[in-house]
Amino acid sequence: MNTILQVERLTHTYSVGTPFQRSAVEDISFAVERGEFLGIIGHTGSGKSTLIQHLNGLLRPTAGRVLLEGKDIWAEPKKIRNVRFQVGLVFQYPEYQLFEETVYKDIAFGPKNQGKTGDALDHAVREAARLVGLRDEHLDKSPFELSGGQKRRVALAGVLAMEPKVLVLDEPTAGLDPAGRENLMANIRDFHRNQGTTILLVSHSMDEIARNANRILVLKSARILMSGTPAEVFARGEELLAAGLDVPQITRVAMALRDRGLPVDPAVYTVEGLEAQLLALKRGGGPC
Amino acid sequence: MLKDITLGQYFPGNTVAHRLDPRTKILLVVLYITALFCAGSFAAYGLMAAVLAVCVRVSRVGLRALVKGLKPVLFIIVFTGLLNLLFTPGEGILWAWGPFHVTETGLRNAAFMVLRIMLLIMGTFLMTYTTSPISLTDGLERLLSGLKRFHVPVHELTMIMSIALRFIPTLIEETDKIMSAQKARGADFESGNLMEKARALVPILVPLFISAFRRADELATAMECRCYHGGEGRTKLHVLQYQRRDYAALTLGVLILAGVIALRACGL
Repeated sequence: MNTILQVERLTHTYSVGTPFQRSAVEDISFAVERGEFLGIIGHTGSGKSTLIQHLNGLLRPTAGRVLLEGKDIWAEPKKIRNVRFQVGLVFQYPEYQLFEETVYKDIAFGPKNQGKTGDALDHAVREAARLVGLRDEHLDKSPFELSGGQKRRVALAGVLAMEPKVLVLDEPTAGLDPAGRENLMANIRDFHRNQGTTILLVSHSMDEIARNANRILVLKSARILMSGTPAEVFARGEELLAAGLDVPQITRVAMALRDRGLPVDPAVYTVEGLEAQLLALKRGGGPC
Repeated sequence: MLKDITLGQYFPGNTVAHRLDPRTKILLVVLYITALFCAGSFAAYGLMAAVLAVCVRVSRVGLRALVKGLKPVLFIIVFTGLLNLLFTPGEGILWAWGPFHVTETGLRNAAFMVLRIMLLIMGTFLMTYTTSPISLTDGLERLLSGLKRFHVPVHELTMIMSIALRFIPTLIEETDKIMSAQKARGADFESGNLMEKARALVPILVPLFISAFRRADELATAMECRCYHGGEGRTKLHVLQYQRRDYAALTLGVLILAGVIALRACGL
């Protein structure tokens, strides 16, 4: 396999040497393969936000390393900006970072910092806008005239326009209505499928992660609790629930059916998966 | 980072200094500052420093936190010190070079000036360290309530002040977040000349102002929902009442001021 991003024994401690000293991330190691869609879940305060801010060099590790394509990102601290162009990070509620007069100019902020000009810049901006489903007529508007969901798309496009190799999304659908959520996730899915960009998705919503990620990382109290494919992780549903985390709704249904004596495998995380199981049971003449 | 700013920070505690009525503390600071400006000799400044030392000891605020408060004004202190040192005319020239000359009077003035500013700031900081912003504005409102007769909107002004104090940490946190977000888009705040650095602030300031206005709007709505209509007829949850310790502290404060004035009168 082809590793693009590797985190080695990463530790980050806030307020070293004061009574408030506290580790937000402790001894975390994992690797991200090229083209992967990795989901990261964990409670508020489990260290997710601190972890992802290390991936593009916004935070410097207290101990450990972050390797991008095999190179330590802090090998040359002066060139850390180059890392930020390659690992695009979209923060929570990114619409609050918009500042330009027009949507076009705002999306162009990142690629301009990268040094793009002329046709290359124009192409990057239009392509990014298209990817998030913004129409040409939006580009000349002020970002502040748009609706909340559209603003978020503009902010997302602002990062996509840098054409990063890895895209890190921190709760991209937080605060959107269900239709907006599904719409945005569909955009992100399409983007992943068509561009082959590696994506790391941080989310509270198990359903969102289950539906999109190829692999899941579960964080708890600054450490990795589990990692594996959705089937592997949700097979340990009881452990997740014991850790105070959620499982997808359909996994809950499967667990409840199993507790009532049906021979279903609770490691299921899609409606289709459970449907197939139940149909198979019915055909087999089971108690269903 | 930005979070290290200690402006107006409150260190909770339960010492006499914390329990004093906020009005007492404000008055004491006023008395202290008056005394500082009356002081004109090393004896008087020694007394003022001793008074501060005792207050610091009583309040159990770490000296380090107090000294840290001086950091932002370090430049002003050094600047005033040098100005007084190098440009005061007078007898007994010790050293001269071009327009600069150090005189005995200059040396004295510079020392006094630096001491005055340092004591003034540490004294004021001691008050904010031992008084929560809420009770501070509460005290201020009561102290100034006499001005209501002259149609000064005292309650509204102190309400504005307490809201402003309340939102300082929030805004700092917000600035941090916006800075990170723009850095993630390759914004560069470190390099470039002054003009470029000023321009680099636009991507921070615009979102910051927008969010401040949004917050203000939301807060106003929330206050109106709870029927806030200004100070008229508004009662207090905690009614301030002077205790015996407040009278004792105020008496002590007046005595120290009198002492400083007496020292000056004696030509010391």
